[in-house]
Amino acid sequence: MTITAANPPAAAPTTGAPAPPRSAFGSAFDRGFEILCFSAATFLLTALGGIVVSLAIGGWPAFQAFGFNFFVSAEWDPVQEIYGAAGAMTGTLVSASLALLFALPLSFGIAIFLVELCPPVLRRPIGTAVELLAGIPSIVYGMWGLFVFAPWFAKYVQMPIMMSAKPGTFWEAITTGVPNGAGILSASIILAIMILPFIAATMRELLLTIPAQVRESAYGLGSTTFEVVRKVSLPYVRTGAIGAVMLGLGRALGETMAVTFIIGNAHGFPTSIFASGSTIASTIANEFAEATEGLHSASLIALGLVLFIITFAVLALARLLIGRQQHA
Amino acid sequence: MYRKIILSLAACLALSACGQKTDKKGDAAPAAAGAQISGAGASFPAPLYAKWAEAQKAETGMALNYQAIGSGGGIKQIKAKTVAFGASDKPLKGEELDADGLAQFPTVIGGVVPIVNLPDIQPGQLKLTGPVLADIFLGKVKKWNDAPIAALNAGVKLPNLPITVVHRSDGSGTSFLFTSYLTAAAPQWASVGASDAVKWPAGQGGKGNDGVSGYVKQTPGAIGYVEYAYAKQNGLPHASLQNAAGKFVNPTAESFSAAAAGADWEKNPGFATLLINQPGEGAWPITGATFILMHKAQADAATGKAVLGFFDRAYATGDAAASELAYVPLPADLKAKVRASWSAIVGPDGKPVYIPAAQ
Amino acid sequence: MTTATGPRLSRRINELVFLAFCWTATAIAILFLAAILWSLLSQGVGGLDLNIFTKSTPAPGSEGGLINAILGSLMMCVVAMIGAVFVGILAGTWLSEYARDSHYGKVIRFLNDVLLSAPSILVGLFVYEILVAPVKGFSGLAGAVALGLLAAPVITRTTEDVLRLQPTALREASVALGAPVWRTILAVIWKSARGGMLTGALLAFARISGETAPLLFTALNNQFLSFDLTKPTANLPVVIFNFALSAYDDWRRLAWAGALLIAATVLTVTIVARILAREPRRS
Repeated sequence: MTITAANPPAAAPTTGAPAPPRSAFGSAFDRGFEILCFSAATFLLTALGGIVVSLAIGGWPAFQAFGFNFFVSAEWDPVQEIYGAAGAMTGTLVSASLALLFALPLSFGIAIFLVELCPPVLRRPIGTAVELLAGIPSIVYGMWGLFVFAPWFAKYVQMPIMMSAKPGTFWEAITTGVPNGAGILSASIILAIMILPFIAATMRELLLTIPAQVRESAYGLGSTTFEVVRKVSLPYVRTGAIGAVMLGLGRALGETMAVTFIIGNAHGFPTSIFASGSTIASTIANEFAEATEGLHSASLIALGLVLFIITFAVLALARLLIGRQQHA
Repeated sequence: MYRKIILSLAACLALSACGQKTDKKGDAAPAAAGAQISGAGASFPAPLYAKWAEAQKAETGMALNYQAIGSGGGIKQIKAKTVAFGASDKPLKGEELDADGLAQFPTVIGGVVPIVNLPDIQPGQLKLTGPVLADIFLGKVKKWNDAPIAALNAGVKLPNLPITVVHRSDGSGTSFLFTSYLTAAAPQWASVGASDAVKWPAGQGGKGNDGVSGYVKQTPGAIGYVEYAYAKQNGLPHASLQNAAGKFVNPTAESFSAAAAGADWEKNPGFATLLINQPGEGAWPITGATFILMHKAQADAATGKAVLGFFDRAYATGDAAASELAYVPLPADLKAKVRASWSAIVGPDGKPVYIPAAQ
Repeated sequence: MTTATGPRLSRRINELVFLAFCWTATAIAILFLAAILWSLLSQGVGGLDLNIFTKSTPAPGSEGGLINAILGSLMMCVVAMIGAVFVGILAGTWLSEYARDSHYGKVIRFLNDVLLSAPSILVGLFVYEILVAPVKGFSGLAGAVALGLLAAPVITRTTEDVLRLQPTALREASVALGAPVWRTILAVIWKSARGGMLTGALLAFARISGETAPLLFTALNNQFLSFDLTKPTANLPVVIFNFALSAYDDWRRLAWAGALLIAATVLTVTIVARILAREPRRS
């Protein structure tokens, strides 16, 4: 392999690969290598496109059979072959939103703690601890949720609340449910613990991008930490923060294993805070292996397409707001 | 460092390549050591099939990999030909079998039992009838000490716990048997119907017989329905049911046999006979056989031979394992009829893939 | 400055409440981590014995272990990583070296992020439709493809990020010496970025080794030990899923042991990746 010490390249651009040299051997291979890399990148595009196309094709019979009703009906009746996505969609959106509600304040608190308040010697271990929380596989969350969290939740939260509700009152109506700790609320709490580290890590990186002078000037004027955070730091990273939140939401929407264990697997609209429900992901995981060809299978695939569209929309929004700095 | 990583990757690849080579050699000798057959379906007989598979692997070296994905799954996957055989507690009717060219035969008989999680209640102590069970699963009876249950169980201290209904979240032959019983025994269940996946009016869904027993075990005041082996192996107390003759019976091998006693197996194609609510003093009302589905025209004769050989051996020597797990082995004459029916399963050359040795 | 106690007091109270909140939030996170790790250790260690690494998954009531699931998962992850590393590094190189400002590059970058965050169960559905249903058989290969599709975007992303960080002077120096572009990339840029690329690969591996949903309909599961990837392959996550939801005590014990193994693997790989990322670049 001869390295041609031929004429230097013409104009070198400031970024990326330089313009190919004029040696015939080199340029042929250059082109080949570029095509190889290009194909790899396009392969990713094709894979994503393939997912969407196969979901659309597979789910088409369901859309055709039920039309718009598919999105608003919560009937899930395999005997009569009537399927509606509304129950699963509601479960998905409710559990993800509740998870976000619980996780948001906590992750902001953690991020601010790590940036402003943490003693330097603790910074590395606590940061690592938060990352470890992010690394735990979702099936472990599911098992922990079902075997450790659910009984605790049932005993110390659900039972006292349910027992204290007098029969016939409104309070009773919204707290009925199965007293074993499984349900939408429990699933939301487990999801919150799962997305907590993602949002915290992203927020922390965002806060670290604030120039030191900005914060120092605020402190120099006599502000308390609370005031600096509220009036200076958060507004500075507001756009990115919203993007981080959307990323966390996107993750919570698609989570399967942690939710399937503990959500109770009941179709239909949830009617109480302890109700069982189902999400799109848990419905597919439970029923796909045995859904017979025809409307049942098509409805599940159609559900998958709906989930993809929701997640795609959330991610697109996050991308718009956060730019490309942060890792998912 | 990179060298080590590349070397270990290469080693793993070599390992999988070796695995491929030995399996190819294994295929040349049908059902020889190293061959692998896949089946999927009902969780009803899963513990028994796993035991049989373990025993036969030790004997013949053939690995029969059975995955419990629900009866609905077994039917779907065998129709899609992704497995060598499917298993279902819900027998397919003749028309459906012919439409897909499937053969069907039973392997064991078992019973579906209601299980409860109530403190201080002994197995069989709680008495229930079909209509009361239907009302519980419809969500009409909400507490354990409500009148309909208390009326049947005078003298039993029923706690003031809310009833948690646990049903199947996946397509299940166990559900099919259970809902068939409720349809037969309680007119109010007609609105829900009998199928492997129904629109349950109340309760939570568990995945597989495992999932239901797991949920019931964890929830005080829960009631579910599982195949009897699951109740027995997990120490979950069952309820006794009133059968067609009006007697309260417990699920035992004897009561399952009593239910199977009068059945006419040849009446329906594919041995599709339900044993729900059978007459007989000691008959358990929710009894059923579990079935195997195979294609009549096997694409690979060796696979078909391996599957039938497995079940032939299971018929011959697997009865003890079945009884241990509280399944009822098929009566000998039914086994003979099933073996005779295997001549319909042919290979690409049109000849039967498996000829059972004379018994 | 006059001593105005009114506003000063309320500011101080706000500050105290806020500090307490931040400390509590962090404590809660640490508490959950500790609780989960504690459950894993206390329940999982009880099930860990030599059988885990010598015997295959048992029928209920029999003795057994997890070796078929461990090896099956390992095989599928390795095959997945081979494909994902190949595609991911090349794609990341293209994004960094050839397409930094092009419109098509922006599209690919965005879609890569979408694939990165796509619900893994949808990837499993897709692979079922293209690799299981038409071929009429569940297989470990289909599972590996599904895992590979999940790992590739991670590697693409990290490769691109780390290649971008390489100083342009390196590239210019190499070309000035007359090296063709591909040689520049291979011999100079990749070489100097190899720490970061390895980190990316390790992170991708950590991610896919814990994934369950995509394997549910692709690799199915297997009761026995088998090295044949064209058939259903045992894998740890699905085994844990099945065993955990059962009511058999011995199966549940194995499920916890398996969960401990997966968590330990993922956490170790993650920590190693982070340590590698922090090391100063060796010249």
